[in-house]
Amino acid sequence: MSSNQPAPTHYVAPLEETPLVAVDAVNVGERKSNLWIDAWRDMRRRPMFWISAVIIILVIIVALFPTLFTSVPPNDDCQLSNSNGGPSGEHLLGFTKQGCDVFSRLIHGTSTSLTVGIIVTILTTVLGILFGAFAGFYGGWLDAILSRAGDIFFSIPYILAAVVIMSVFSAYRNVFVISLAIGIFAWPATARVLRAEILRVKNADYVMAARATGVSNFRILLRHVLPNAIAPVIVVTTISLGAAIVAEATLSFLGVGLPNSTMSWGNDISAAQVDLRTAPQTLIYPSLALSITVLAFIMMGEVIRDALDPKARAQR
Amino acid sequence: MSDPTTTAGAVRPLLEIKNLEVGFQTTDGIVPAVRGVDLTLMPGQTLAIVGESGSGKSTTAHAIINLLPGPGRITGGSILFDGEDLTKYSPKKMEEVRGRQIGFVPQDPMSNLNPVWSVGFQVEETIRANGIASGRKEVRAHAIQVLKEAGLADADKRLKQFPHQFSGGMRQRVLIGIGLSSRPKLLIADEPTSALDVTVQRRILDHLETLTRDIGTAVLFITHDLGLAAERAEQLVVMYKGKIVEAGPSKDILQNPVHPYTQRLVAAAPSLASRRIISATQQSATHSLGDLAYAPTTVTDGLDLIAAAEERIEHQPAVKRPDAIVVKDLTKVYKIRGQGKGSSGELIASDKVSFAVEKGTTTALVGESGSGKSTVAKMILRLEDPTSGSILIDGEDVAPLKGRALLSLRRRMQPVFQDPYGSLDPLRNIGNTIAEPLQVHKVGDRTERRDRVLELLDQVALPQSLITRYPNELSGGQRQRVAIARALALKPDIVVLDEAVSALDVLVQAQILKLLADLQSELELTYLFITHDLAVVRVIADNVCVMQKGRIVEAATTDQVFDSPQEQYTKELLNAIPGAGITLGV
Amino acid sequence: MAGYILRRLLQAIPVLLGTTFLIYFMVFAMPGDPLLALFGDKTPNPALLEQLRQQYHLDQPFIVQYFLYLGGIFRGDFGTSFSGEPVADILARTFPVTIRLAIMALIIEFVGGVLIGLVSGLRKGKLFDASALVVSLIFISLPIFVIAFVAQFIFGIQLGWARTTVSTGAPIQDLILPAFVLASITFAQLIRLTRASVIETQSLDFVRTAYSKGLSRRRIIPVHILRNSLIPVVTYAATDFGVLLVGATVTEGIFNVPGVGRTLYQAIIRGEGPTVVSFVTVMVLIYLVVNLVVDLLYGLLDPRIRYVK
Repeated sequence: MSSNQPAPTHYVAPLEETPLVAVDAVNVGERKSNLWIDAWRDMRRRPMFWISAVIIILVIIVALFPTLFTSVPPNDDCQLSNSNGGPSGEHLLGFTKQGCDVFSRLIHGTSTSLTVGIIVTILTTVLGILFGAFAGFYGGWLDAILSRAGDIFFSIPYILAAVVIMSVFSAYRNVFVISLAIGIFAWPATARVLRAEILRVKNADYVMAARATGVSNFRILLRHVLPNAIAPVIVVTTISLGAAIVAEATLSFLGVGLPNSTMSWGNDISAAQVDLRTAPQTLIYPSLALSITVLAFIMMGEVIRDALDPKARAQR
Repeated sequence: MSDPTTTAGAVRPLLEIKNLEVGFQTTDGIVPAVRGVDLTLMPGQTLAIVGESGSGKSTTAHAIINLLPGPGRITGGSILFDGEDLTKYSPKKMEEVRGRQIGFVPQDPMSNLNPVWSVGFQVEETIRANGIASGRKEVRAHAIQVLKEAGLADADKRLKQFPHQFSGGMRQRVLIGIGLSSRPKLLIADEPTSALDVTVQRRILDHLETLTRDIGTAVLFITHDLGLAAERAEQLVVMYKGKIVEAGPSKDILQNPVHPYTQRLVAAAPSLASRRIISATQQSATHSLGDLAYAPTTVTDGLDLIAAAEERIEHQPAVKRPDAIVVKDLTKVYKIRGQGKGSSGELIASDKVSFAVEKGTTTALVGESGSGKSTVAKMILRLEDPTSGSILIDGEDVAPLKGRALLSLRRRMQPVFQDPYGSLDPLRNIGNTIAEPLQVHKVGDRTERRDRVLELLDQVALPQSLITRYPNELSGGQRQRVAIARALALKPDIVVLDEAVSALDVLVQAQILKLLADLQSELELTYLFITHDLAVVRVIADNVCVMQKGRIVEAATTDQVFDSPQEQYTKELLNAIPGAGITLGV
Repeated sequence: MAGYILRRLLQAIPVLLGTTFLIYFMVFAMPGDPLLALFGDKTPNPALLEQLRQQYHLDQPFIVQYFLYLGGIFRGDFGTSFSGEPVADILARTFPVTIRLAIMALIIEFVGGVLIGLVSGLRKGKLFDASALVVSLIFISLPIFVIAFVAQFIFGIQLGWARTTVSTGAPIQDLILPAFVLASITFAQLIRLTRASVIETQSLDFVRTAYSKGLSRRRIIPVHILRNSLIPVVTYAATDFGVLLVGATVTEGIFNVPGVGRTLYQAIIRGEGPTVVSFVTVMVLIYLVVNLVVDLLYGLLDPRIRYVK
């Protein structure tokens, strides 16, 4: 070095100001913490979680016990003289074209939407987990076959597929058939998400360690890989419950959903469209019920997504 | 070296940081990361900030050019660059300083180039932004020149290529070229080579040193490796928990560490320890740090690598014991599926590898990335099937074992893997994690297993209360302890340590190495120690096999390898241990 | 790049065979007379039934039927509609209208969605971001036909700004409202996706390095942040197109836009099974082609995909 620079001094901080801490001391907090515990702690603090939880619980109660909410029977004593009438007395939201009580139909239609949503979700989740888990975990030719199958199902937009199925099964239109028609083409989304996640998880060192201990492949999948890969599936599942409800309504709206005799929001909206000018309330209320229910599920999915992503949590 | 000053003593510091405070805004208020840092860097000088992760060394560096991540804020103090306070600069003015007057070389070459733009594009935009050249041709010519300087001989041909077509070392050269493209007065190098293989690391640092000396650029060098820092910088600043604990000339600090934390670091740094061990065994003054007066103090207790190594040597039995592992002509060939036609080929990850490990000893398998060392480990663990060759464990060929026999082999041999964040299942508590091998092998009943887990926690010096806790409540070192406890649960004879300490901070690393040594003498364990870090090998291993491109190029006792390496490659690896170039001999 | 295109094209073949087979299977492998099932409670006239029987080769074994049907598709023969008009002719008439609508919707969706998503991501946690998130959530929850009716009601009936149904010839000004409705369903997803992508990209190392090189924020945002954020957005756009196809069916139906969607919509409403099948097949083929194009585009956007070692 050149000599004209000031000779640097050797500085040592006073020990009082920089006390030493034991190397790598165990410092365990009061509360336990893992992904799920932390996620729950995080969700609990967020109003969006509580709002959507309350709506979802309310929808479930309405679906199970409709008579708690309305004493007016939805289909009986419909009088054409009340056609498209406004609210009066115990008929809170007015009447449909057939002169039926809008509110009562709304309440009684809830279970249809919810049932379809739940069946479709169970179906897509079970199929999605089976396909996604086996494809991702075992890889090789099994993955090639399962993934190609998924690609094929994924390449037909599920509502279009459901339209075809419902056209073929026009004689058997009921809640189960429509759920099958939607679910059978909606699962690849779940499978893809799970497969990607499993590909990430299965190379973790703890999987290797379990294998080196002699844990069988299937048990590794069940006990280590799947639990660690399932988080995004839960998000997709919650959101897809909402999407399935929309799908049912769309099919009913197109006239290939449930028969008119079945009470459903989609049918009510479909029936009300001709009177958009004269009686918008017959259209707006079922639409509102549908949208709020779907919103609740989608919001719940978003809250779970945020809570399960430690990176996003840290950034907030 | 050119001297820019006119009169002696009138040199103004290039960079003068005064009482710098940096904090991170969180929901619970501001968490301080840097607490009152002072440092001075003269023009043309090189200063290294050394510290562990979380010491605030990188935060200090980023604060200088105002590149703190999102919630980071400078909360106090000043940063005088050429006499001007950078903390008072507007964002616009700061843009002009960055790149033009202060260059920056980031840590990880893999993530610091934008993958969607060609390398040429990324160099050219720097040149344009800093007004070094204008006009398409001039900019291009300049970009080629910059890259050539950085050591990319065929720069003109590679300008159009994308980052993923470059090796890690090449990318780091590009980043160095970018950082120095406008001949800045100061270059901040934030762990510029810690993601690279040691030999590449050495070449790149040598090149960086030459370049900055020629240009006359001052360098602020951030590193976690004390040996590297001392080798590359005249001035050292040691940081600990956001504060400077010791600062001064590198040689001074290494020879005479005063602060107990610095003493700990000096005692625990494998790169330094490996050199001192040489001098301890050979009493030779020719080795670089051989003349250092070394007095272990109580603060380094349990962290002192030399003491640990000496202790290990003492415990070595004189008589030869039977071999626990014998590997013969072990070969693994991977078929690479070709993209497009005719490009499929074979990758020989392990090429006729043969070695033996004596019972109760440690053999290190050393090599850089892609050398095949991990493949060999996985074949021995029977996680990969060998293409050919044999593996004898206690004289029994285990390569063909299946089912029950394989299960009982697994009981005798357990692994510990590298990544402390991936080695434990995040959703299972510590107790269940350690007990899993016992469950799988149906050892004992529930209470017996619990007792064994508690005993194991004691053995790895973790509190028993952790049994119901989850991995993310633990530090990296603690997780590795849990992984070791899990590996020991079945009382195996052999433990395969695959880079088990590589990801840890030096002090924690020293602690774990000590633990491993203690466990070995207590339980008569045989270790196969896979690592890229030759320095660590010196401390822990009895024998060394050096691997390169799937072959073992040199195999000998640790002392032989360090004292009289036979192969050129081994010599290169030895030379690449940071600190090799320090000539502090009086 | 040529290798990449070739690979993509080859990969598309099994999917093409698979999807057409699946549709065909759903319709014609069912027990009973598939044609009668397709007509539901309608009684088709015997002549048409006979013609359809011929068209679908129902006298042949199932697998032969499928290949004959597939051969037809390749020759551009999608069968005959209920009214006796060849589907190919209907397509020629209606396709341009749908393309016009789709392009308008895509422009609205991408310009709006990406812009709002970008600003939202850059100003994470600020008022703009919070409101964009809430509004997009609401739009995601609204079924397309609800949006269509609300738009019709507010802009068509209450405000009178737009026609509630499109006039013949489908002039651009009439298509504005339907295009907005069509865009709205995927628009919200696009905002959220772009936002997430921008936030993610912003925290990547190379962005910090770009700042350290002395680049200005004005350059870094488009060149380094937006450019990289677009990669997942474009991938999403392919999947998204399926939603758009269904949306087009509903929107064209409600606004009476004389496009492919309305034809399908009317066939569904009227229960004209065979026509439904033909048009769904056409839409799935369009979807496949779009997916392929997006895949190729993806190769352009991401050099790591393009040059495989």
